[in-house]
Amino acid sequence: MSRVILLALQVLVAVVCLTLWQLLATYPVFGKILLPPFFFSNPVDVASQIVKWFASGVIWKHLGITLAESILAFVIGSLGGVLVGFWFARQPLVAAVFDPYVKMVNALPRVVLAPIFALWLGLGIWSKVALGVTLVFFIVFFNVYQGVKEVSRTVLDNGRMLGMSERQLMQHVYWPSALSWMFSSLHTSVGFAVVGAVVGEYLGAAAGLGYLIQQAEGMFDVAGVFAGMFVLSAFVILIDFGVTLVERRLLVWRPTALDGHG
Amino acid sequence: MTTPTAVALEDTKVAFRLGDGRVYTAVEKAHLNVAPGEFVAIVGPTGCGKSTLLNVAAGLLTPAAGSVRIFDRPLSGLNREAGYLFQADALFPWKTALDNVAIGLEIKGTPRAEALPRAQQWLTSVGLGAFANRYPHMLSGGQRKRVALAQVLIRDPKILLMDEPFGPLDAQTRQVMGNLLLDLWNADRKAVLFVTHDLEEAIALADRVVIMSAGPSSRIIGDWRVNLPRPRDIFEVRLDKEFHALHREIWGVLKDEVMKGYAQSTHAAEVV
Repeated sequence: MSRVILLALQVLVAVVCLTLWQLLATYPVFGKILLPPFFFSNPVDVASQIVKWFASGVIWKHLGITLAESILAFVIGSLGGVLVGFWFARQPLVAAVFDPYVKMVNALPRVVLAPIFALWLGLGIWSKVALGVTLVFFIVFFNVYQGVKEVSRTVLDNGRMLGMSERQLMQHVYWPSALSWMFSSLHTSVGFAVVGAVVGEYLGAAAGLGYLIQQAEGMFDVAGVFAGMFVLSAFVILIDFGVTLVERRLLVWRPTALDGHG
Repeated sequence: MTTPTAVALEDTKVAFRLGDGRVYTAVEKAHLNVAPGEFVAIVGPTGCGKSTLLNVAAGLLTPAAGSVRIFDRPLSGLNREAGYLFQADALFPWKTALDNVAIGLEIKGTPRAEALPRAQQWLTSVGLGAFANRYPHMLSGGQRKRVALAQVLIRDPKILLMDEPFGPLDAQTRQVMGNLLLDLWNADRKAVLFVTHDLEEAIALADRVVIMSAGPSSRIIGDWRVNLPRPRDIFEVRLDKEFHALHREIWGVLKDEVMKGYAQSTHAAEVV
């Protein structure tokens, strides 16, 4: 199938859904409105809300805050994950001692930490960053740990026979292997950074996309909730696209890097 | 004292402790000398411990008894005089062909600007001059072996240890690689210890062919000198009368061991 036809069909799906939504929210079927506007709003109202946000420029501040929180959560969580993952993989004793605790903390649904972080770090961005960090950290940590552990025996022996010191093995073998595992989970970890930020905002904040949605919900402004959701998903798709570009650049050496998401 | 022996294994015994506490003796009292510039092939049935012996010479394994001497010095730790060509893919998958070859020099502290042109020369001499920027996964199995060969040779080791390096390749590629190896070796004769299960390949390449018995506790049971003239061409040397005579003679000894090896491996499978 050609790209044009595919694109046309994809757009068609959106058009049909939005039209149905608009019609069912406006015209009664057998004397009854199937999607009462109070609960479902309608596409026109949602669109005009989005336009209003962008026209007045209000949305940029919220987008900026959410983006900043996501980036901070991703960077701090990744750094921590890489360091601890490396440390555990090279020190089996440490890994064995901490193993049950790592599993315990990772088993905890992170949302329950949000109130604690809000208490400790206040309602500013840092409580959201902290929530995102707890999500990102474990993904990166497990991947780096695996990456260092699963370095091919032959490649390692080859490095040794070529005369590599421990430090050089680190630089030329362990490190690239660990990074490749981390990059292969880039989509997931970036996604979770955004989730952490938005959920944190939703549970208590003064700015951000999550806050925007929560505010609208508090005023029974369903159009606002949907508008927030659409902006949020567009935001995530854009970020994901950026990640794909970065990934293509970083994982050229991997045969799987070319077919996008694993 | 004459010139020192490049590799000397004296009564080398290799044993492994199994999971259930028993000790498995892979190689029993192996005695093997490789002179500088000599090409020695070790042939034996599957599971006879020929790769194990190679790993001992490389310093990747420590023998349970006996000694390993490299240029008359006892070996401790890894063998720094040796380059090792592995059977499995051993290239760094995250480096291009050029970087994979250059790393051999960079490890020793050669500046990158100096290492890269020399790596390019080596790639050219293994016939991959135009593939410098390819990553290993973009190369065929034979091409990867060529890169691996360049990666080892750029360090100019005095000893070359090869563990069935052409094993995973198809028959034609093996012959082409064999000729490439002989050409490179003719230009700069290093001591070579070449492990293979292919007797024809061994005779075609080597100065000496060493036969090992079926494992466990395998021993070296034969040592033949190959007096075929050099330089050789692998395609043509196989048509030589002397080649056939030697092949028949060695195969007479090897065949029994191969049968024994198969019997043991099927028996072991039944026990498991």
